[in-house]
Amino acid sequence: MQVILDSKAIAVLLEKLADEIIKAAPPQTPLALIGIRSRGEIIAQRLQKIIQSRLNQPVDQGTLDITLYRDDLNQPRHHQPNVRPTEIDFDIDDRLIVLVDDVLNTGRSARAALDALIDYGRPLAIRLAVLVDRGQRELPISADYIGKVVEAPKNQRVNVYLNEVDNREEVVLE
Amino acid sequence: MPYRDTEKIAPNPADRSPERKFTWRRKHLLNLRELSREELLHVLDTAEGFKEISRRSIKKAPALRGKVVVNLFFEDSTRTRNSFTLAASRLSADVLEFTAKSSSISKGETLRDTARNLEAMGIDIVVVRHNAGGAPHFLTKCIDASVINAGDGYHEHPTQGLLDIFTIRELRGEISGLKVAIVGDIAHSRVARSNIWGLHTLGAEVYLVGPPTLMPAAVKELPVKVCYDFDSIISDMDVVNMLRIQFERIGSQVIPSVREYSRLFGLTVDRMKRAKKDVIVMHPGPLNRGLEIESEVADGPNSTILRQVTNGLAVRMAVLFLVNQAATTLPSPQSETNP
Repeated sequence: MQVILDSKAIAVLLEKLADEIIKAAPPQTPLALIGIRSRGEIIAQRLQKIIQSRLNQPVDQGTLDITLYRDDLNQPRHHQPNVRPTEIDFDIDDRLIVLVDDVLNTGRSARAALDALIDYGRPLAIRLAVLVDRGQRELPISADYIGKVVEAPKNQRVNVYLNEVDNREEVVLE
Repeated sequence: MPYRDTEKIAPNPADRSPERKFTWRRKHLLNLRELSREELLHVLDTAEGFKEISRRSIKKAPALRGKVVVNLFFEDSTRTRNSFTLAASRLSADVLEFTAKSSSISKGETLRDTARNLEAMGIDIVVVRHNAGGAPHFLTKCIDASVINAGDGYHEHPTQGLLDIFTIRELRGEISGLKVAIVGDIAHSRVARSNIWGLHTLGAEVYLVGPPTLMPAAVKELPVKVCYDFDSIISDMDVVNMLRIQFERIGSQVIPSVREYSRLFGLTVDRMKRAKKDVIVMHPGPLNRGLEIESEVADGPNSTILRQVTNGLAVRMAVLFLVNQAATTLPSPQSETNP
């Protein structure tokens, strides 16, 4: 196991992501963050705090559960994904939605998130923000805001651990 | 206590851990009696996830896309059947409706042949309602598809039990320790049985209330307390679930008259005065207003009757989803069951 980012590095990257998101959104844009469950949700919540304090105004934040939109629901698997409620308590029509996830890998989660989101309404635009982009795409998907690009061999996973759920804070290669 | 709102009142128990993982292993759902505490909670948590689909503008998710669900209903039922049809459609499944009257059954085809013929067309899940207890279990031996029991004779009606329990949990957070009264024709109620098993496994205290003529003979083997005097316990109850009285039984020896039944066991406005202020009033429907429940109570603030219907949809989506997951993703899903 190799630690790629420690807690300080993660914090720095989140600030960087927040800055990029703010810069790319013209003033008066109705911006909203939607985290892809489960760690995307936590990152989205943290980004919300940072962006709110920078802009000095509230920013809507929601959570998207993509379980029902996965393309592998009927494949044999080691574990079953558990369905949890999606929590988006604002209208997404005509909003600039920034989808937030921890790792961008094959692109399948992002694809599922796009399909899920479109069933909720018609956003002005959807952008993707990820803490880590580790490549190995299987679909033509790319992120708009990337914390860090990580090169890793295919047989290794990039795992993000966050205090809120894992009691540790680091990004590792294992 | 505005229980008719679709808002959730109690904190969502599913929020307790985003990482909680559980593997559902059953490819059939035939009863609640066999379900462990963890299995019951998993269905409820999963249903929580499905509830919000019905609140958005596109009320569909692709989870069962390409799957075929057959409603095999040998007994009349619009409510349960429509609920399953809508639940399957919300998950993008294709639904086949098979009702006994307009079918080959009336031409004398056996249950086994009917099911196997349907299976030959390629079906994934069979939702079956039959007047013979054990019919769903029998079906699991004839076909490969998943079987969901939508009510078999007097035996069980597991999805009704689940939606009742889901409703209670939504409003109270915890089932354990609650006092729940089930009132009415217990002997002929599969709804009562499913509720009894599910509630008992989750730690509730179940009280069966009704005339002795409508208590099943084997009631002493059930994990319940039996009471023939509704008034003596109503003030202690957290939940009161009123079962439907069948009109055919009125005027027989078991229920001499509507007035007598209503006076002794009906949920009247008067009786409600003796109940807890926030008592949850439930009924599986359809209502016999004025018989087992007074209109004012059925439409009153303690009533969760419409909420039960909404929850029924979410629970059935969860069950369809879970049995399908077990059937398609596990190398050896659990298909052995006890009748």
